Amino acid sequence: MSRLTVPKTYKLYIGGKFPRSESGRTYEITTAKGVFLANASQASRKDARDAVVAARGAQSGWADATAYNRGQVLYRIAELLEGRHAQFVDELVSSEGITAAAARDQVDDAIDTWVWYAGWADKFVQVAGSGNPVSGPYFNLSVPEPTGVVAIVAPQGVAGSKPSSLLGLVSVLAPALVAGNTVVVIADQAHPLSAISLAEVLSTSDVPGGVVNILTGSPAEIAPWLAAHADVNAIDLTGADALDWVDLQIAAADTLKRVVEPEPGVPARSLDRILAFTETKTVWHTKALI
Amino acid sequence: MESPASSSTAQSTVPVTLAPAERAVRMLGGDLTERSLRLHLEGLSGVDAVGLEQRAASLGTRSIKTTSKAWALDKIIELIDLTTLEGADTAGKVRSLVAKALTPDPSDLTAPRVAAVCVYGDMVPDAVAALGAAHGDPVGVNGPSGMVSVAAVATAFPSGRASLRVKLADTADAVFNGADEIDMVIDRGAFLAGHYGQVFEQIVAVKEACRRDDGSYAHLKVILETGELTTYDNVRRASWLAILAGGDFIKTSTGKVAPAATLPVTLLMLEVVRDWFRLTGERIGVKPAGGIRTSKDAIKYLVTVAETVGEQWLQPHLFRFGASSLLNDVLLQRQKLTTGRYSGADYVTID
Repeated sequence: MSRLTVPKTYKLYIGGKFPRSESGRTYEITTAKGVFLANASQASRKDARDAVVAARGAQSGWADATAYNRGQVLYRIAELLEGRHAQFVDELVSSEGITAAAARDQVDDAIDTWVWYAGWADKFVQVAGSGNPVSGPYFNLSVPEPTGVVAIVAPQGVAGSKPSSLLGLVSVLAPALVAGNTVVVIADQAHPLSAISLAEVLSTSDVPGGVVNILTGSPAEIAPWLAAHADVNAIDLTGADALDWVDLQIAAADTLKRVVEPEPGVPARSLDRILAFTETKTVWHTKALI
Repeated sequence: MESPASSSTAQSTVPVTLAPAERAVRMLGGDLTERSLRLHLEGLSGVDAVGLEQRAASLGTRSIKTTSKAWALDKIIELIDLTTLEGADTAGKVRSLVAKALTPDPSDLTAPRVAAVCVYGDMVPDAVAALGAAHGDPVGVNGPSGMVSVAAVATAFPSGRASLRVKLADTADAVFNGADEIDMVIDRGAFLAGHYGQVFEQIVAVKEACRRDDGSYAHLKVILETGELTTYDNVRRASWLAILAGGDFIKTSTGKVAPAATLPVTLLMLEVVRDWFRLTGERIGVKPAGGIRTSKDAIKYLVTVAETVGEQWLQPHLFRFGASSLLNDVLLQRQKLTTGRYSGADYVTID
């Protein structure tokens, strides 16, 4: 006798909780061949607003954690991802229509990327900061500090191109977290399964609620609200290639945001992605009273 | 030497004639005594707590959007008593509070001014000096006058634990320094012990201390501190007591005790005010204070006022919000409506 499948209704991840969309809307996720897979919440502008409030509330705590501690917390996520390796492979196979081997490669790559960025947490300041020579008895130090709340449009697996929903998400999410920013990320619209599973990993890890907020739904609908939001400090448009991203840049300029421009495919690991969401603070300090 | 405490200890046993407060004499007759006051207050019908909370909850579900919301946000600002009541208050803090009262949103000068600033008694001269020519009644002949009043908390705020002489001196001092409104606290201990006459006498005496040299009176707001009165029946009795003794406003809380203002308690007080208006044609003000931090909450209060006593109560002489952080949230919502994008805490002043 065959058993009824129990399809999952995926929800959003805001402030450490899994709410449905405020709008009550959902949309269908299908396999690569168009077969119904699951329902996902379709986030509205008000969900984005709530996510920004959650991210803002969590920002000072996350930024005030020591760099070493942030590195440990991020590394722990990689451990949990490793434990759920098989689940992520299954989801990628069903949602992206790739082979099991390709899916395994993507999950491995995602975990390695996560570890790579986690390692930077207590090292990027030494690389990007500096002790500046000045003509006086002062220490003059420049250190990178987190920008604040970062909105991200994750890489979107558009028709015709090869999607990499998990690796794409990890490649934009991890670098923003390293410096102590909190994040509101719009997941791959057509392939959000691994994003929600990642949210489940995050909620059982040591990442404080609100540090990562994941929205599923239409980037075209949500991104303009995040780009114009005065309480968002930076916007990463990596996956916004298909949107009117020049308009998004203009809206972001009105509220003085850092903007990372769209980039096709999955961005490579780089220190620049970490430093894109930092602000340099320079302090003067007397050398001694001797 | 006469002990100041002797009068209060005797009150519960010996029938005492109370000060002939005008409203109480009209309502209860000429032979105003502790006994007649008690009979009246204890004769008030009990409060249906479930019904009250349900009614308050249903009033909180109204959806106020677009132009109505814009109107409501401006109205909320016009009704705010912008408050700072900290031990760490300084003259500089009061000056910045006044600056914010006069220009709530420097990026949008169409934002109206608040009704009053509310400070401790010793800060009144600083508030008056900082307001300068803008010090006055917020209600003009044709709507808002653009003036801001000074309200002072008095009578050993927030506990009220001081002798009557100290309370009266506290009040008279604030009025002398230019306070337009006095927020007094009732003696909750005496009220809960059933010494209604004592509470009544104190309000009458403080009202008299609000008298200025020219014969006019500073407005008297009577703080019931509903969080300490424990039951809705007590809130109804205390509201009646405060009105009978001559209060111009009844105010929920000091803001120093949790729970502070809640919607059901405010609804109940508004109902007393409505009943008083039907009986006498006289309008009493209501001021919820403490714990109202978001525009969404404040709009629920506006709806409750309009539905309970009527829209004519939505003016600074009859309704106020005692709040400090509420103003920033209202300004954020206001900026969202005018600019079309969400605003952030970086775009309003830090209090």
